[in-house]
Amino acid sequence: MTHAIQTVEHTYDVVVVGAGGAGLRATFGMAEQGLNTACVTKVFPTRSHTVAAQGGVSAALGNMGEDDWRWHMYDTVKGSDWLGDQDAIEYMCREAVPAILELEHYGVPFSRTEDGKIYQRPFGGMTTRFGQGTAQRTCAAADRTGHAILHTLYQQALKHRAEFYIEHFATDLLMDDGVCRGVVTLDMNTGIVHIFRAHQVILATGGYGRAYFSCTSAHTCTGDGNGMVLRAGLPLQDMEFVQFHPTGIYGAGCLISEGVRGEGGYLTNAKGERFMPNYAPSAQDLASRDVVSRAMTVEIREGRGVGPKADHIYLHVEHLDPAVIHERLPGISDLARIFAGVDVSQEPIPVVPTVHYNMGGIPTNYRGEVVQRRGDDPDAVVPGLMAVGEAACVSVHGANRLGSNSLLDLVVFGRAAAHRAAEVIGGRGKPHSPLPEGCPDPALQRLERLLHAKGGKPTAAVRDEMQHTMQNYAAVFRTGETLDEGCKRMDGVYKSFEDIAITDRSLIWNSDLIETLELENLLGCAVTTIHSARNRCESRGAHAREDYPERDDQKWLKHTLASMAPNGQVTLDERPVHLNTLTDEVDSVPLQARVY
Amino acid sequence: MRWRCRRGTKELDLLLERFLTAHYAQLAAAEQAAFERLLAQEDHALQAWLIYGESPPDAELTRIVERIRSSHLLSPR
Repeated sequence: MTHAIQTVEHTYDVVVVGAGGAGLRATFGMAEQGLNTACVTKVFPTRSHTVAAQGGVSAALGNMGEDDWRWHMYDTVKGSDWLGDQDAIEYMCREAVPAILELEHYGVPFSRTEDGKIYQRPFGGMTTRFGQGTAQRTCAAADRTGHAILHTLYQQALKHRAEFYIEHFATDLLMDDGVCRGVVTLDMNTGIVHIFRAHQVILATGGYGRAYFSCTSAHTCTGDGNGMVLRAGLPLQDMEFVQFHPTGIYGAGCLISEGVRGEGGYLTNAKGERFMPNYAPSAQDLASRDVVSRAMTVEIREGRGVGPKADHIYLHVEHLDPAVIHERLPGISDLARIFAGVDVSQEPIPVVPTVHYNMGGIPTNYRGEVVQRRGDDPDAVVPGLMAVGEAACVSVHGANRLGSNSLLDLVVFGRAAAHRAAEVIGGRGKPHSPLPEGCPDPALQRLERLLHAKGGKPTAAVRDEMQHTMQNYAAVFRTGETLDEGCKRMDGVYKSFEDIAITDRSLIWNSDLIETLELENLLGCAVTTIHSARNRCESRGAHAREDYPERDDQKWLKHTLASMAPNGQVTLDERPVHLNTLTDEVDSVPLQARVY
Repeated sequence: MRWRCRRGTKELDLLLERFLTAHYAQLAAAEQAAFERLLAQEDHALQAWLIYGESPPDAELTRIVERIRSSHLLSPR
């Protein structure tokens, strides 16, 4: 090798990878309990994608009328189309109340009612009395809830002396006979590789929206933790479940809020027809995200899309009073002008269903511990490894996530992981057993190999092929035929990574290298997603198969596990769904049709 | 620089990365310095200035914000 990599070692009780809402909540919680805690993050902590979460965070506080965590649990199980684990959902909805009150105590500036309580607003899918009424359950800090939570948690983490390693790119886990012993990172600023030993590594690396061409997520959402887990030989769970938002701006992916249709905006096809009444006669343009996304996709596939390639749909607001747009939909006209070149008072906005959230990820139990199937035990804990947030699949969102449950997932399970890690580790500064000779070698060799990659394919070209393949074959419209074809093509794209070309040979601020490391992580996510989707022959939540339009609880009430060999070969397995609750304070929600 | 254009939202990623690629090299030194100073600001402030048209607190930041906004409008995709 021409390039000797310089390394430095650290020892901590815990290392958290990622500094979004979940990572910061875990970091702060562990530091608070006296553990020697490091948080490594590729971007500055307050610049993670949690900042984009504007909607709010749900908890059955009952500040605006009657509410009960059991009703929240019912809504979440139903939203998940019964694929969510009910013990974990019970835990999340019950612990939501103390977790939010703690955030308030730490200083998150929630909007208030006149008598000083946290203000709560209604949100889609959130009901009272098991679907009877509308719940006001979502707490918000104006339109910047995610931003406010991040800032507060970062301040708390600093106050409790957690140590931050910023602009560090985590490359691989240190695995030793099935136990996670630490993590390897590249300090992008110095080019030095850091080898962190820890009793627990917590992955809080977020989703992988960028595996698709059109996504609402920031460029930083590249499934890095998922990629590390696959390379460690561990499976990912329920990767076929990808939530699409119906109205992302065509070409840019920027989100146009559901509020637009709430205020009277509507969709049309190339013939100028309002088509939603054909698909959802009563809810029409206000039907749920999956229904609207699917209708738009059918229109486009049947040749009624708009634009030169007939590949998108129009969203109209030009009939609305400009005063209404200005007052109730602030920012929509700016977004449309900047990202679509459209004046919303004159023309429709070009939109297309856009990837918004990944329900699948690293399988964990409700304490945040990573699990795998080992022999007869489907819930065997992987010692030393935890995962939280969008990277994880607890699973509380099952086949479909409800709005305002994602911020809740971050804070509840970030907190749970901190509690559990403190319990398992049992105190600050416990000694580490020696790392076996050569444990970091695979990670270093991979870095060396990529740094010297002299193939024929630029990173951007492979990424582009992956994104288009996933968009065309594993988006909203799914049949056995398209998925077979998509799997073949995606396997080919994965193979083409062997021929990757890197031009910059430095370890310092080498964006070519970093984007290639990110691409390898995305490819693992993409391949497991499309193979899992082909395998699941039913329609459930966000996974809609044209050839299997019904949910099939006889055969498919189970989690998909997908592992990947280094050559890209995917192996599928399964785990049972936990239909049991955690305590006897609530009954399991029995299987029924998911009808809204 | 390119890495520091990585932000928490898709909108900012698009605006800043495109501007860096297409226009940064042609900027005067003072404007380049203002761009770097802009990147050190919070995402929330950047959203308000770059997307929703609010004004930054000083003239140099205001100038660079206006340049980014106008360059993007000329080449929307």
